[in-house]
Amino acid sequence: MSAIASATTPGTQQAQRIQHRKKPRSAIVLSGTAWVVGILFVLPVLWMVLTSFHSEPDAAKNPPALFAPLSVEGYKTFFDSGPWPPLLNSLTASVLSTVLVLLLAFPAAYALSIKPVKKWTDVLFFFLSTKMLPVVAGLLPLYLFAQAVNVLDNIWYLLILYTSMNLPIVVWMLRSFLAEVPVEMLEAAQLDGAGLIRTLRSIIAPVVLPGIAAAALISFIFSWNELLFARVLTGTAAQTAPVFLTGFVTSQGLFLAKVCAASLVVSLPVLIAGFAAQDKLVQGLSLGAVR
Amino acid sequence: MSAVAESTRTGTPPATPPDDSALARAGAWARRAPLLPALIFMIIITQLPFLVTLGISFMNWNAYYPDEIGFNGLDNYRRVLTDANTRSAIVVTVILTVSVVLISLILGLLIALLLDRQFRGRGVVRTMMITPFLIVPVAAALLWKHALLNPEYGLFNGVLRWVGNLFGQNWPQPDWISQAPLWAIIAALVWQWTPFMMLILLAGLQSRPLDVVEAAKIDGATSWQIFWNMTFPHLRQYIELSALLGSVYVVQNFDAVFVITAGGLGTANLPYVIYQLFYTAHEYGRASAAGVIVVIATIIIATFALRTVSTLFREETR
Repeated sequence: MSAIASATTPGTQQAQRIQHRKKPRSAIVLSGTAWVVGILFVLPVLWMVLTSFHSEPDAAKNPPALFAPLSVEGYKTFFDSGPWPPLLNSLTASVLSTVLVLLLAFPAAYALSIKPVKKWTDVLFFFLSTKMLPVVAGLLPLYLFAQAVNVLDNIWYLLILYTSMNLPIVVWMLRSFLAEVPVEMLEAAQLDGAGLIRTLRSIIAPVVLPGIAAAALISFIFSWNELLFARVLTGTAAQTAPVFLTGFVTSQGLFLAKVCAASLVVSLPVLIAGFAAQDKLVQGLSLGAVR
Repeated sequence: MSAVAESTRTGTPPATPPDDSALARAGAWARRAPLLPALIFMIIITQLPFLVTLGISFMNWNAYYPDEIGFNGLDNYRRVLTDANTRSAIVVTVILTVSVVLISLILGLLIALLLDRQFRGRGVVRTMMITPFLIVPVAAALLWKHALLNPEYGLFNGVLRWVGNLFGQNWPQPDWISQAPLWAIIAALVWQWTPFMMLILLAGLQSRPLDVVEAAKIDGATSWQIFWNMTFPHLRQYIELSALLGSVYVVQNFDAVFVITAGGLGTANLPYVIYQLFYTAHEYGRASAAGVIVVIATIIIATFALRTVSTLFREETR
């Protein structure tokens, strides 16, 4: 967040301090409001965490039993219900599709920035336009094809579809990072007779590695979250974590604590990846248009 | 797919350069080579299926009646557009998309303005704000359905009862999801999408030239004047971008509808209806026709979205 850093230069800070002295009450009200809004937005998640550590009867109390004794019963039920195959499927699909996305996207981004092909903006916008095509419109042919070549309920097929889902975002992100590589340095390296590998390693990599990491995390998040493809194209063998989660609610007995525990466990990788990519999240979500 | 066609009209692999010496041609292909795997991959996986969908949309095809498969012209479109379910789904999709995008955009803008100031714990508040976006959508929908909106033990009614008890009153315990099913879905989606809008708008606010704002302050401009005459015009394209990208994602929403109401109580949107037509009813022809209609609707939004992105893009690369 270089913008924040630049906003806290001594001059601005001084200006802000003067402003604070002028109208301290409104400043306190605004900061207080920001805190209250932030807490309201995170509250459902905190509630989910607390509930997941309650016993089922305590989780279903009304008014809520805030200070009920903690219990890991919910987590136990969840881990006893066979969540590992779906979690592993999700991990396979998300990690491998991310690797595949990077392998396809990096050369493409290179051909769209450092040594651009003719009409490179058109190509870039073609990638973006595929992202706008509703998934549901291509679902039936993808299903019929899978049925015909016998890859229904196959994690590899899902993985390839996730690759196509994330490729446009990652191409856009990587292109915007590669565009920051200083051209003069590339030219100088070329004059010095540095080969492609050395150029890649010593000039391009330092600028682009943080970008690759962020793009990878965002691609991972979107694959991990996906429900519609997974729901339609997988059965028991290749079932992913979100599909498993939708089937976790039973109509009998109390289930709130274990559902909260399950939801948290399934969300944990996304929370970790998201907080790790926090600073680059905007750029990924806005397809590289905003930095 | 006019949007796609428009942007790729000139984007088809450029014809051999006019100075077609073998060397120049080889050079052009060497430049193009790194691009080709990704490009071909995307064309095969995203464009081909859509063409097949377009083809199937003109066929009578129900997997339960394999003998009756055949061409039936525009019949699927006629049936989809006159069927009460799909018509209601069109209305639901519009209401859902417009309200989620509008509400989360307004909330996102207000919160971005709050966060665009120096104050103690700003980083913490920003992190708290992002959290809803980092809950797996299915988990978020389950959380709203069971932990928050459940009439017996949900947090909302729990708080209502608790506060009511404080005043010695017995307030009613509404069954939120059956009384306002669409609003339950909207609330869950607004909770997840407000952080998205906030992040883009905050980035927009922080890219604003600060020295000009400082100068205006010194010249005695009021906060409102600064917002209306300087911040807002600068922010406009970021507002457009977040609204359009948000629309593209929310139009396609399936998870929340699937989990919270399973399309019941009049909340089925187009993606859900298409899923049902194809997955449950095996009406391949009609599902495809509905799919084509969604694509046409999305293209209208997407054309604007692509235009906005390309404006931002041109400013950035200039």
